[in-house]
Amino acid sequence: MTAPLLEVRKLTKSFPGVRALKGVCLTLGRGEVLAVIGENGAGKSTLMKILAGVQRPDSGEVVLEGGAVELRNVHDALRAGIALIHQELNLADNLDVAANIFLGREPLKGGLIDTARMRREARQFLEAVGLVVDPATLVSTLTIGHQQLVEIAKALSVNARVLIMDEPTSSLSSHEAENLFRVIRDLRSRGVSLVYVSHRLGEVKALADRVSVLRDGENAGNLERDEIDHSHMVKLMVGRDLSQFYPHVPRQPGEVVLKVERLQTRAHPRHALSFEVRAGEIVGVAGLVGAGRTELLEALFGVLPAVGGVMRIGGSELAPRSPKEAIAAGLALVPEDRKKQGVILEMAVRENLCLARLRRDHHFGFLSPRGMAALSADMVSALRIKTPHDRQVVQFLSGGNQQKVVLGKWLALKPKVLLMDEPTRGVDIGAKQEIYRLMEELADQGVAILFVSSEMEEILGMSDRALVLHEGRLAGELARGALSEEAVMHLATGSERLAA
Amino acid sequence: MKKILGISILLAVVCVVTAMASDSFLSGYNLENLVRRTALFGIISVGVTFVIVTGGIDLSIGSVVCLVGCGLPWLLTKHGWSVPSAVVAVMALSMGIGLAHGLLITKLKLQPFVVTLCGLLLYRGIARGFTNDQTVGFGTEFRGLRTLATGQIKLPFIDGFALPAPWVFLLVVAVAAAIFLNRTIYGRYLLALGRNEEAARYSGINTERMIILAYVISSSLAGFGGLLFVLDVNSAQPVDFGNFYELYAIAAAVLGGCSLRGGEATILGVIIGTALMQVLRNMITLVTTRNNIEFAIIGAVILIGVIADELVKRYAVRRRAARALAHETGGA
Repeated sequence: MTAPLLEVRKLTKSFPGVRALKGVCLTLGRGEVLAVIGENGAGKSTLMKILAGVQRPDSGEVVLEGGAVELRNVHDALRAGIALIHQELNLADNLDVAANIFLGREPLKGGLIDTARMRREARQFLEAVGLVVDPATLVSTLTIGHQQLVEIAKALSVNARVLIMDEPTSSLSSHEAENLFRVIRDLRSRGVSLVYVSHRLGEVKALADRVSVLRDGENAGNLERDEIDHSHMVKLMVGRDLSQFYPHVPRQPGEVVLKVERLQTRAHPRHALSFEVRAGEIVGVAGLVGAGRTELLEALFGVLPAVGGVMRIGGSELAPRSPKEAIAAGLALVPEDRKKQGVILEMAVRENLCLARLRRDHHFGFLSPRGMAALSADMVSALRIKTPHDRQVVQFLSGGNQQKVVLGKWLALKPKVLLMDEPTRGVDIGAKQEIYRLMEELADQGVAILFVSSEMEEILGMSDRALVLHEGRLAGELARGALSEEAVMHLATGSERLAA
Repeated sequence: MKKILGISILLAVVCVVTAMASDSFLSGYNLENLVRRTALFGIISVGVTFVIVTGGIDLSIGSVVCLVGCGLPWLLTKHGWSVPSAVVAVMALSMGIGLAHGLLITKLKLQPFVVTLCGLLLYRGIARGFTNDQTVGFGTEFRGLRTLATGQIKLPFIDGFALPAPWVFLLVVAVAAAIFLNRTIYGRYLLALGRNEEAARYSGINTERMIILAYVISSSLAGFGGLLFVLDVNSAQPVDFGNFYELYAIAAAVLGGCSLRGGEATILGVIIGTALMQVLRNMITLVTTRNNIEFAIIGAVILIGVIADELVKRYAVRRRAARALAHETGGA
């Protein structure tokens, strides 16, 4: 084997309260597509950010063509020929395509930007990624798929030899994704090396020359081209067989607790959503980014009130205008962005756990410190929140323990319906399993659970039933027996409609 | 508590230095004056603290002080209103101003800086308009009302120093504010939303109502302060009465450990911060002959204080993070 283009040696990186990488190694050959996979919180994003110079490692080294390189910032990484294409695209959408491609490196003429030359050169990079648009088009008018191609063109314009793509298909339609795969194969044939980070094992199988699996910040194993198959990958990702990892046991669901009737979210007012969730039932919501999953939960919880439709909880009808109203009706939401919406990072564990309960536990408006201490102690032990004491500021807990604090805040209210948006994002495997077990316990107690997830394995492993959204529309409903990756993706990418 | 320690030491040092440099610093007259000024400024500083806790800012305080300070004598002397109705009117006006700020900020989602900056221009302009830029005052009348600000309370066993009446008002305001902020659920809501408004809302807190309340408290205490200020000095000149008072109040709050990012405040700290500002001004008058460098000195002291605070905080965070990590890995 010839010397690899890029080699990562024993990288470590810690953040307050968590060790994201514990000595990770990686090799990437010339013109190779290397897929890096792993569960949420396995350290993929941190590793990619280090390669792109966004973050600096605590120890370890990055070797490029046999020589160690120091990537102190994005500029260094670009100079070394490494470009990262983020999951959330980093384009200035108020500027045109050419201006974005040459942002920070604009060709000048007499001290002013040479627009004509910039557009001329931009065209050649757009051709390389097969994008046929005028370089003078405003980026905001392009589809997500096209914007992504502009990002790739931008990377090519700095002569990137290593292109890192973080979840590139998470917001693409099946057609756009196909186009992207074509571009990737084309780049590979021209000697560009790609690091492809994805949750979608189907894609990985179709694209990757080699797979590197991370688990809890460590290398869990590598798979060569002929070893890549679904069960191999999952086994390395979770460290055991899937059936043992997801504790889900289908149970006899009770009566209907949540009945949603013709709900129209603000993001997709043209589609009315109707469905039910029964007591003790765990219902997964699948779909691509932008399919309206988060918007659905936010409408149910009153964060972004629905523009039409109602829901019924235990006989009473409501259309909440604020989280306060939704909570009063027995709903709870574990939100998508834990740090922004779930916890108050600078406040103590105890204060966070009691926050939603204050309304019920006060004496004429005054806090009851003893009640708060008792409630907090109960929750810390019931959820096994790992913290030195409950006065610890939440910021310093690991992602998994922070998520347990969010859960504890809601369990203190004994909700009838628990809404969860990406419940295990940024959580290590141990905590992940605990969260699954908690979901099971709650379902056993008769709580109706509706959860959104981008992780296929989670939808398949934890749902009694799955709702699949496509561009704001309820594309279909799959009972546990009918659940498979193919069936979910079929509905999520809208292929069903294309076929019809 | 640690937070107040630093500024308390600074206050003590400034007091000792000034006392050594000037004999008149410790005179009964000077101390009385100092306490009265601290009390008056303390009231408006406590007010702005509530807004700062939410992560907002109130730039209109000085102009509200001016509006009330001119409006009260104007109503009493030019229009012959009775004392109770005039006092009720100016206080209601202050509350109304705060309510308007709060509604504009929460319902129309305007930025606090912009809303209260417009207030700053608007209220002073109105005061200058109805007074026609003429000084308004009480003359030799309304002595009874004026004792609210000028009155003194003799302390037993202490000669040559009597407690100025505004100190009593500050005490009441401060104790009420501290209890509200630290012991009621509403205070907890304010602290929570100041740290993270979105998470507070997701937890079922009516954040808009709490923010409106904060602006009402700020303007009301500014109005109350304005009332005491004008009773204290007897007359008000609309052009510069209360000028820059919002900056004194905000600076005192920042010195006292409030973060302008929101979510952090101790009332005691704010009062010590106010005292520090007043002692500094006093020192400049007594020790130097250059009154005109007052702002330069105050600015420099605040800057140094804030830098020191930030450095200490960073050190503490790093130590805490290291300890938390040790615990996680040790416990796993």
